[in-house]
Amino acid sequence: MTIIDELREGVIQGQANVALEKVKKALEEGYAADVILNEGLISAMSNVGQMYEDGVVFVPEMLIAARAMDKALQILRPYLVAQGVKPVGKVAIGTVKGDLHDIGKKLVAMMLEGSGFEIIDLGIDAPPEKFVDAVQNKGADVVALSALLTTTMPNMKTVVDALKQAGVRDKVRIIIGGAPVNQAYADQIGADGYAPDASSAVRKVREMLGV
Amino acid sequence: MRTSLSQLLESHSVIVADGGMGTMLFALGLQRGSAPELWNVGHPDAVRSVHSRYIGAGAQIILTNTFGGSRIRLAIHGLEERMAEFNRAGAQLAGMEAEQAAHPVVVAGSIGPSGQMLTPFGDLEFEDAVQVFAEQAAALAEGGADVLWIETMSDLQEVHAAVEGCRQRAPQLPLVTTMTFDTHGRTMMGVKPEQAIKTLSDYGVIALGANCGNGPDELEAVIEKMHQTQPETVLVAKANAGMPRMEGDTPVYEATPDVMAEYALRVHKLGARIIGSCCGSTPDHIAAIASALKG
Repeated sequence: MTIIDELREGVIQGQANVALEKVKKALEEGYAADVILNEGLISAMSNVGQMYEDGVVFVPEMLIAARAMDKALQILRPYLVAQGVKPVGKVAIGTVKGDLHDIGKKLVAMMLEGSGFEIIDLGIDAPPEKFVDAVQNKGADVVALSALLTTTMPNMKTVVDALKQAGVRDKVRIIIGGAPVNQAYADQIGADGYAPDASSAVRKVREMLGV
Repeated sequence: MRTSLSQLLESHSVIVADGGMGTMLFALGLQRGSAPELWNVGHPDAVRSVHSRYIGAGAQIILTNTFGGSRIRLAIHGLEERMAEFNRAGAQLAGMEAEQAAHPVVVAGSIGPSGQMLTPFGDLEFEDAVQVFAEQAAALAEGGADVLWIETMSDLQEVHAAVEGCRQRAPQLPLVTTMTFDTHGRTMMGVKPEQAIKTLSDYGVIALGANCGNGPDELEAVIEKMHQTQPETVLVAKANAGMPRMEGDTPVYEATPDVMAEYALRVHKLGARIIGSCCGSTPDHIAAIASALKG
């Protein structure tokens, strides 16, 4: 096993201390920061995501893996900056206005970050203006909308409409998710896609951006 | 008239519980994003009318409008200071309707999840969670709840905290606990039905089971597993009325009253003794369930 394999294994197992130690060692051994990121961290999280989709692991395992990844990433970040490695894309994510549910949105954000995206977290109960601002002024390539309630789902459409009105709909891809949401609803409101869970959301966003 | 859950269980082989509260309140004008518990004080007649319609449909157990009534959930709306008031009022409103009912009715004080994850996965400390649930349980007991009904849980640690809280401040009340198995047949946190029934019965609850989720089929599979694991345990089934699809801005749940009547018969056969519904259901669904189970 190379040190990169050990790093990947540490993240998959959710062992933050192992991940920390291995990322430092990989840097000492002279691995490039982008190799450590792609082959160590991102590969590990995609593995965990697949296991989640397959019903092999559940939210707790995904959370501790994401935490281990995050610890390692903090060490790695300055090296990535020095090497000029850019995030694969920028995602503005939030739970729509009137909806106060946090957990699903947080999981999707963590998995996207674990896949190399930069996250603009707009929080819960996020009004349409915040999404428009993230696209107009913060360079978001993707808008990710969450809703857990049938009563707040219509506010997903409000965001799509607000992006149209602001004349930035064409600049951005829109993905939606949440317990009552499905592909038919994404089509109905003019979103670009839907994902049933955090791991498929990552795959969908990558597809959308062709990365 | 009022009764206790243990009396109902002694005298009935199958018991009808109510359906969705939120669904009904939104139809009556509750605004998106506002706390349903506020209506226990602001629109008590609307809340009572929902209870009364479920009782009229045949419900023998009604759940109070206090699902999001914990201090933590209310704090999101800036209403945490009114926690006790809302829960007390919620239990009182249900109690008034139960007393006027033509058949014996049990008032179940609904306690939903905090919406936060407990340590080590989140920031909520176990002891703090116990406190939060204890306060809510005390207020529901003061308002006259006959049983405390911990529902829609996905984490066994959080259930444990809720049970502890209830025991601390309302030790006289029996407990019912249901979890939501919506992720590959397990809860979001990975709890299997077999594991849930063992742990929850160790807590000494009077009944346990499953609620909410992705519709009747999923929930029937959970009840089947639970019943096979421990055939003597009293099981609760409260499935959603299928999955919603949006017609314009209006959610339409795919399961009709007839579909829910068939679910009731199947889930009863699989071992559930307390049968009702959850999101998307209305008194029409409960009437269909009650009549199917009677026949």
